[in-house]
Amino acid sequence: MSTIKKEMRKRKIDSFIKSYKTNKMGLIGGAILAFFIITSIFGPLIFPFNPMEFGQASNVLQPPSASHILGTDDLGRDVFRNLLAGGRVSLMVGILATIISMLLGTTIGLMSGFLGKKTDMILMRITDFFLVLPWLPLVLVLAAILGTSIWNIILVIGLTSWAGTARVVRSQTLSLKERPFIERVRAIGADDKTIIIRHILPNVFPLVFANTILVSAVAILSETTLSFLGLGDTTRASWGMMLHYAFQSGAASSGAYWYFLPPGICVVLVVLSFTFLGYAFDEILNPKLRRR
Amino acid sequence: MKKQYVLKKVLQSLVTIFFVIVFNYFLFRIMPGNPLSMIMRNPRASAEAIERTKELFGLGQPWYMQFFIYLGNLFEGDLGLSFIHKRPVIEVVWSRIMPTIIMVGLAQILSIVVGILMGVISAWKRGTKVDVIALSFSLITYSVPTFWLGIILIAIFSIGLRLFPTSGMLTPGRTFYNTLSMIRDYASHLFLPVLTLSLVLIGEYALTMRNTLLDVLTEDYMTTAKAKGFDDNYIIKKHAIPNAMLPMITLIAINMGLIIGGTIQVETIFSWPGLGRLMYEALNGRDYPLLQGIFLLITISVILANLIADITYSYLDPRVKS
Repeated sequence: MSTIKKEMRKRKIDSFIKSYKTNKMGLIGGAILAFFIITSIFGPLIFPFNPMEFGQASNVLQPPSASHILGTDDLGRDVFRNLLAGGRVSLMVGILATIISMLLGTTIGLMSGFLGKKTDMILMRITDFFLVLPWLPLVLVLAAILGTSIWNIILVIGLTSWAGTARVVRSQTLSLKERPFIERVRAIGADDKTIIIRHILPNVFPLVFANTILVSAVAILSETTLSFLGLGDTTRASWGMMLHYAFQSGAASSGAYWYFLPPGICVVLVVLSFTFLGYAFDEILNPKLRRR
Repeated sequence: MKKQYVLKKVLQSLVTIFFVIVFNYFLFRIMPGNPLSMIMRNPRASAEAIERTKELFGLGQPWYMQFFIYLGNLFEGDLGLSFIHKRPVIEVVWSRIMPTIIMVGLAQILSIVVGILMGVISAWKRGTKVDVIALSFSLITYSVPTFWLGIILIAIFSIGLRLFPTSGMLTPGRTFYNTLSMIRDYASHLFLPVLTLSLVLIGEYALTMRNTLLDVLTEDYMTTAKAKGFDDNYIIKKHAIPNAMLPMITLIAINMGLIIGGTIQVETIFSWPGLGRLMYEALNGRDYPLLQGIFLLITISVILANLIADITYSYLDPRVKS
């Protein structure tokens, strides 16, 4: 990389950090997310949790106390430890599903926009098809057919959430393709592959980035809803599975608030933090799209 | 011109519906082996259901013949036999449509009215406290899992305050002496599901109304109206809102997916005997014919909703050309 390019990239990053520091929404979202990432990495190490290890019958659905700061669930397991372990599972599902969705959406959008013609037509028809299919029923049906392991859930969420990204990337690619600098690079003799990877992708990336963060929010909500509706991985203690068991055991009607409140609050906070970050990055990285 | 546009849209929708049928057909056959192996593994499947499935899929014939048999049955309204209910899928689905229409219809009306009002106020008072509160409300309801919101409302209103029943459509075992008492019982069961779904939808409508209204406010014709000396109130009412209402029509169609997702969760939580609850039952009983039938019905209605929105839009907005 030439020094000029390095300098330009450094300047870009510096200006990004500068605008991020003044973006309230972004700062709040970043702080919440950082908190949850740290607790999900280190929490289960300090307070290990085994979902298959049940407590004693006398220790079932106990309200918060000194030994169990968030009480126990219907199987006598510690809610606080479950919550920490659940964060790990939920965040992992969210991030991995997002990566699948991002790779698919970006590749399809780039190909569609750059190659045009028939490729574009076919790929966009497929994209429209996925956009029009109602998301939750599709995810539910796919999960029911494929089986409910955590990897299938990640795959299903990733495979159903890329259409929006593909659309955004395509329209950006279409406009980039016509810019003079692409023509110049082509005149020097660059082939399609080089143009896409070296020149179009870096310019599409900010857009993908903001979009991706919003997909993470959807992915985490999806996993929670899937698990709640009985399609979760029973061997993993995600927040969705906690809520599933809480509802099945009638925690709401027996007033066991310590059981059904914490996992829900955590989901809301994490989804909210992704949403905040998504909006903030969209504002910083895509000033043209900014809605005042 | 307009006719051509409508025709094009209708054709496009028909093609999409065809794809959905094909997709739906293969989706339930991507499991290794034939559809029977999937059904045999289900302990709930009766001998009759297995026989019917064999007949329905035309097993033993080449795959393309099987597909045409499926297509033919579909056009006759034959979607197979439900494992759980031991009745034709079409009958089971039909019996569950009305409760969903009532619940979703009410929630839609409520959330559209409140959402639009909130959006207008938000845009009108942009940057003030009211706007910030409305925006936070929208973002938070977007982030809350619908089913969890339902659980919270049950905990507060049914368990805590004992104002509304927790589940069902009518109090079981209760005899009603007149229609009024029955309607009252029905309404008290309906209240929480409608409230939950509305809370989720209001934010979406409010946010869109706010953004489109703000977009409209920067249009040239707004400046013109101002230059003519109309006061702000008049401009907002007569110029901005009618123009901002247009995208709302599309939004209602786009929101179909969100509404259906919400309905599945709300009906599950409140045991509201509609299509969403039926889908939940089909999922947990691994009742594949029923699941397939509901999925087909849902996707086709979404496509039709989009078509209706497109056509309505083209008539309301003369700028839309073919």
